[in-house]
Amino acid sequence: MSDIVDYGSGMWNSLPPLVQYVTIVTWKVLFVVIVVMLTVAFSTYFERKVIGSMQARIGPNRVGPLGLGQPFADVLKLLIKEVVIPSRSSKFLFVIAPLLTLTPALAAWAVIPLNDWYVVANINAGLLYVLALTSVGVYGVILAGWATNSTYAFIGAMRIGAQIVSYEIAMGFALVGVLMAAGSLNLGDIVRAQAGGFSHWFLVPLLPLFFVFWISGVAETHRAPFDVAEGESEIVAGFHVEYSGVAFALFFLAEYANMLLVSALTAIFFLGGWASPFEGWLFLDNIAGLAWLREGSFFWLAGKICFFMYTFFWLRATFPRYRYDQIMRLGWKVFIPITIIWIAVEGVMAWLQVGPWAELEIV
Amino acid sequence: MTEIQTYTMNFGPQHPAAHGVLRLILELDGEVIHKADPHIGLLHRATEKLAESKPYSQSIGYMDRLDYVSMMCNEHGYVLAIEKLLGITVPIRAQYIRVMFDEITRILNHLMWLGAHGLDIGAMTIFLYCFREREDLMDCYEAVSGTRMHATYYRPGGVYRDLPDSMPKYQQSKFRSKKEIDRMNANRNGSLLDFIEAFTDKFPACVDEYETLLTDNRIWKQRTVNIGVVTPDRAMQLGFSGPMLRGSGVEWDLRKKQPYEVYDQMDFDIPVGTNGDCYDRYLVRVEEMRQSNRIVRQCINWLRNHPGPVMLDDYKVVAPKRIEMKDDMESLIHHFKLFTEGYCVPEGESYAAIEHPKGEFGVYIISDGANKPFRVKIRAAGFAHLAAMSEMVEGHMLADVVAVIGTQDIVFGEVDR
Repeated sequence: MSDIVDYGSGMWNSLPPLVQYVTIVTWKVLFVVIVVMLTVAFSTYFERKVIGSMQARIGPNRVGPLGLGQPFADVLKLLIKEVVIPSRSSKFLFVIAPLLTLTPALAAWAVIPLNDWYVVANINAGLLYVLALTSVGVYGVILAGWATNSTYAFIGAMRIGAQIVSYEIAMGFALVGVLMAAGSLNLGDIVRAQAGGFSHWFLVPLLPLFFVFWISGVAETHRAPFDVAEGESEIVAGFHVEYSGVAFALFFLAEYANMLLVSALTAIFFLGGWASPFEGWLFLDNIAGLAWLREGSFFWLAGKICFFMYTFFWLRATFPRYRYDQIMRLGWKVFIPITIIWIAVEGVMAWLQVGPWAELEIV
Repeated sequence: MTEIQTYTMNFGPQHPAAHGVLRLILELDGEVIHKADPHIGLLHRATEKLAESKPYSQSIGYMDRLDYVSMMCNEHGYVLAIEKLLGITVPIRAQYIRVMFDEITRILNHLMWLGAHGLDIGAMTIFLYCFREREDLMDCYEAVSGTRMHATYYRPGGVYRDLPDSMPKYQQSKFRSKKEIDRMNANRNGSLLDFIEAFTDKFPACVDEYETLLTDNRIWKQRTVNIGVVTPDRAMQLGFSGPMLRGSGVEWDLRKKQPYEVYDQMDFDIPVGTNGDCYDRYLVRVEEMRQSNRIVRQCINWLRNHPGPVMLDDYKVVAPKRIEMKDDMESLIHHFKLFTEGYCVPEGESYAAIEHPKGEFGVYIISDGANKPFRVKIRAAGFAHLAAMSEMVEGHMLADVVAVIGTQDIVFGEVDR
């Protein structure tokens, strides 16, 4: 047995360092992508069950036990459907648009730390990278609407372009607050700056920014009540009105991957990422079997993501849809002023060492 | 610099918010509507001509299919016009039953409207809540007429049959446990009246529930307040009726102004709006549901204590009972005559209008003395409302078109006929 292990590690060590590195990173990337994809699949199930219970109905319960096979049935259905390409569309752009949407949504996961040590790329400009990639995602959507050559798709694309650009600003300003508090652009360091339990999370000193960031995140992923880009009752399905089969599935995947991403980011920036809310409860160490509750782990990050996903669905079941100009007004006239004011408040309070702001290490 | 041009967009007839088969040609400048041109006729079934080619009583079923979310009210208009021509008065119990079912139909219609309007503006949950309550009312339809929608329950001379003494019950199956069945059958152990009464007991709380979702919701208000404003004068000029007119602040309700059947015995209020926007019309319709609930309760009280005939005892118009037909020669002849030739209606013309959930629904009949009408003309409320579409959406944005279509409560079965 040990011979085999020795042989294996010998083989491994004989490889050039570059090959070793590429292999490890590839496996890490594959792991993250597969986990994200599976989570997306089951979050559709989760969504339908949650909204179902809110709307006094059952939700999927036919495919497999408790309907858990439903996501796979849906994927299978979408895979075997024909992809219809409208004859008047710009075919090349029409086909690559879904890929341009999905790729950034998945690529952004590279810098998301899943726990203290698991992150595909531990880069120092992580926050900028995330902002850049979420902005790139809009190209796919605009191209899709443009290439389809349909009025509905075109209006949807115009709406989404304006919406994402506007909310990006509010989001960016909210992140300036986080940046000031953490003193780092590295997502892992941002989480570490919140160590020490619930009261040390940035949620407390940055509460308005948290709300702005979260709502902007909902708008960024164009989910209800900001779903004007696909507003079913107005422009049918907006930018993806002519997409079917796999092409549609890619948009769908991208949307849910983005939702997960925004949930994860909100958790990391404001709720301490993988950190445990009970970190400061030292007495837990004395109770057998509960010591792990104090440890930061992927479990806590997953729990926070689930909570935010639930909030996404909750919003969808509760609110009517905004009108396009009202979304713009909310973004420009409400959120951006709030963030700017709160950045100033945060700076002054930290300088004066008041209340929860005293702990922030503002340099 | 090139001149910015408007572009046209084809909205419907295959569109999730077109409420059937509305086709709008929208002239847009960016998102702003310059002109909306409704194209109708895609659901034209020549109901009026069909009614002119058949004996009077055989067209009642067509009336159900006009406005297919308020079925019995359509029948009511048609049946009233025939009764006017024949010069007959229906038994008092039948009048109460008609009023009760008119109001049940109004609730049915307004629930459908509320759900669809909510869905148009993006509030998804309200739709399912409304349909949950609608289901009970559909069961009332089924208990009394045998079908859930196209009842053909009102007949010249009364209603088809008296209210049943028992409600159909759910049965146990491998999908439903005993406990679940007991819960579902809880209100079904008594008569139909008991079932309706149980519904009226719980319904005000249901309306409260809908209102918690919408009435004070900021987004709902932003989407409906000051959208599609119609001034009272303009509303009258445009021939509006029903909640569309009352939403603009004109207190006009045929149930009060020209009472038919036993509406003059009923105690209810007419809600009116002040601004004439979508939000006011929403409030008016929600209040109408509460008022209808009141009327239904009054009818239940009366019907419990006053048994009696529900059909006229005149075999020249009304078919004799099946039992009598078996051993009475004359009844058999009447039956045969009524179901082949029908009855001849004296020469003349009549117009009967009722307060339909959507507005004034009128039927104008000219009789030349034959067994089928010479001319039938149906006045559908939605037709006049749709004609004001362009005026109501001008200068608003694309998303508001949907809100206005919703607030007009259009059903194409009625508009296209």
